[in-house]
Amino acid sequence: MASVSMTVNGREVSGDVEGRMLLSSFLRDDLRLTGTHVGCDTSQCGACVVHVNGEAVKACTMFAVEADGAEVATIEGEANADGSLSVIQQAFQDHHGLQCGFCTPGMVMSAAALLKENPKPTETEVREYLEGNICRCTGYHNIVKAIMAASGQDVAAIAAE
Amino acid sequence: MYAFDIERPSTIADAVTALQGEDAQALGGGQTLIPTLKQRLAAPSKLVSLSGIGEMQGVCVGDDGAVCIGGATTHATVSREAAAHYPGLAALASHIGDPAVRNRGTIGGSLANNDPAACYPAAALASGATIVTNNREIAADDYFQGMFATALDEGEVITEVRFPVPQAANYQKFLQPASRFALVGVFVAKYADGVRVAVTGASENGVFRWAEAEAAFSADFSASALDGLTVDADGMIADLHGSGAYRAHLVSVNTKRAVEAAS
Ligand SMILES: Cc1cc2nc3c(=O)[nH]c(=O)nc-3n(C[C@H](O)[C@H](O)[C@H](O)COP(=O)(O)OP(=O)(O)OC[C@H]3O[C@@H](n4cnc5c(N)ncnc54)[C@H](O)[C@@H]3O)c2cc1C
Ligand code: FES
Ligand code: FES
Repeated sequence: MASVSMTVNGREVSGDVEGRMLLSSFLRDDLRLTGTHVGCDTSQCGACVVHVNGEAVKACTMFAVEADGAEVATIEGEANADGSLSVIQQAFQDHHGLQCGFCTPGMVMSAAALLKENPKPTETEVREYLEGNICRCTGYHNIVKAIMAASGQDVAAIAAE
Repeated sequence: MYAFDIERPSTIADAVTALQGEDAQALGGGQTLIPTLKQRLAAPSKLVSLSGIGEMQGVCVGDDGAVCIGGATTHATVSREAAAHYPGLAALASHIGDPAVRNRGTIGGSLANNDPAACYPAAALASGATIVTNNREIAADDYFQGMFATALDEGEVITEVRFPVPQAANYQKFLQPASRFALVGVFVAKYADGVRVAVTGASENGVFRWAEAEAAFSADFSASALDGLTVDADGMIADLHGSGAYRAHLVSVNTKRAVEAAS
């Protein structure tokens, strides 16, 4: 066992973990932050994407011990302080960027990482950035539209497609 | 996963010492190793994480002009920091897997693993790179020894990779969309003393240099120089994604594209 401490959504947390404990398990099982979804557990689907020191990573493909001392952000920290939805979350709702919602936490966290690095991405850039996020419901179209809208761009042209 | 401990040394020397222990294994970005551990295909008793070793991070330019990349540098960092010095290499790094894989996966892990469909082996071989470890320097031509096989000894750590910068280069990755690895990838690099062509994803022996294409391009660096040249479909990987003949065809097509796009 090793003791780890990190900041998760601005809150200091710590725990004793086995070497093999994944960051996804630490978040979900120990901290009960079950918004981070585990879809495949084989590094393919991106449902588990969280930010570690500001960078998007697959929480199912990183050990909790490796996040010792890090700043971690999960979907639970995305909403505004007053509980209202963040701009990205609201755009997903407005543009029907989700159906079953299973992929959505990873999609939103990937979108947040993209817009931080590239505030006005093109549609192609959005699609390329989402390469590691799989959705079996929406066909991606409305997810892309939501992210474009969240970046403040006109999505009328995409809507017309 | 079987149980193991993780050590997080902060120097190369401490990592090498920690790796002396029986059943100890290096942990780079974990983007290959963690899935392997989950399948119980590996059973180390201790993982030695390289991610906290400052001296293995980052991109710089050596006195001889070569681009030097620390062994624990992530693909995302290479795509940003090598762009000004070796754009063809940075472009390759920026198309490995997806953004989350690039934020964790490292050049040392990729070269140590030597997956037959991985991207970095093509760049290292086509650039005549030097693989620097904790105790020696290995020329790329001696380093790759077949699928998942390299010249590395047990416990040896890739601390740095040095890439001589070509006059022009390009990597063409024909994507296998499910895995996001290369179905076939070709890296072409033009140096003052000749052209090097390395092919990944195709051969059952892993990454290889295509000597006939190198000779043709050294005389005439244009796609038409390749007319009539093909690789033998025997010995090409054949799986549900493509036959050996299909891969052999992709080698020619992507080599031509790489020469046309080289800058
Ligand atoms: C969804 C997905 C898509 C991917 N797509 C691609 C792709 O398109 N192209 C591509 O090339 N790769 C791809 N990869 C693989 C990725 O690039 C990995 O990051 C890489 O192969 C392994 O690097 P790592 O740092 O994660 O190493 P790890 O997984 O930590 O380790 C891999 C092996 O290398 C050893 N090792 C690690 N670092 C060192 C070192 N410095 N010295 C000596 N030994 C070391 C480990 O002991 C282990 O045996 C993909 C992976 C995933 C999950
Ligand atoms: S659960 Fe992590 S990538 Fe699918
Ligand atoms: S909304 Fe169902 S998987 Fe994306």
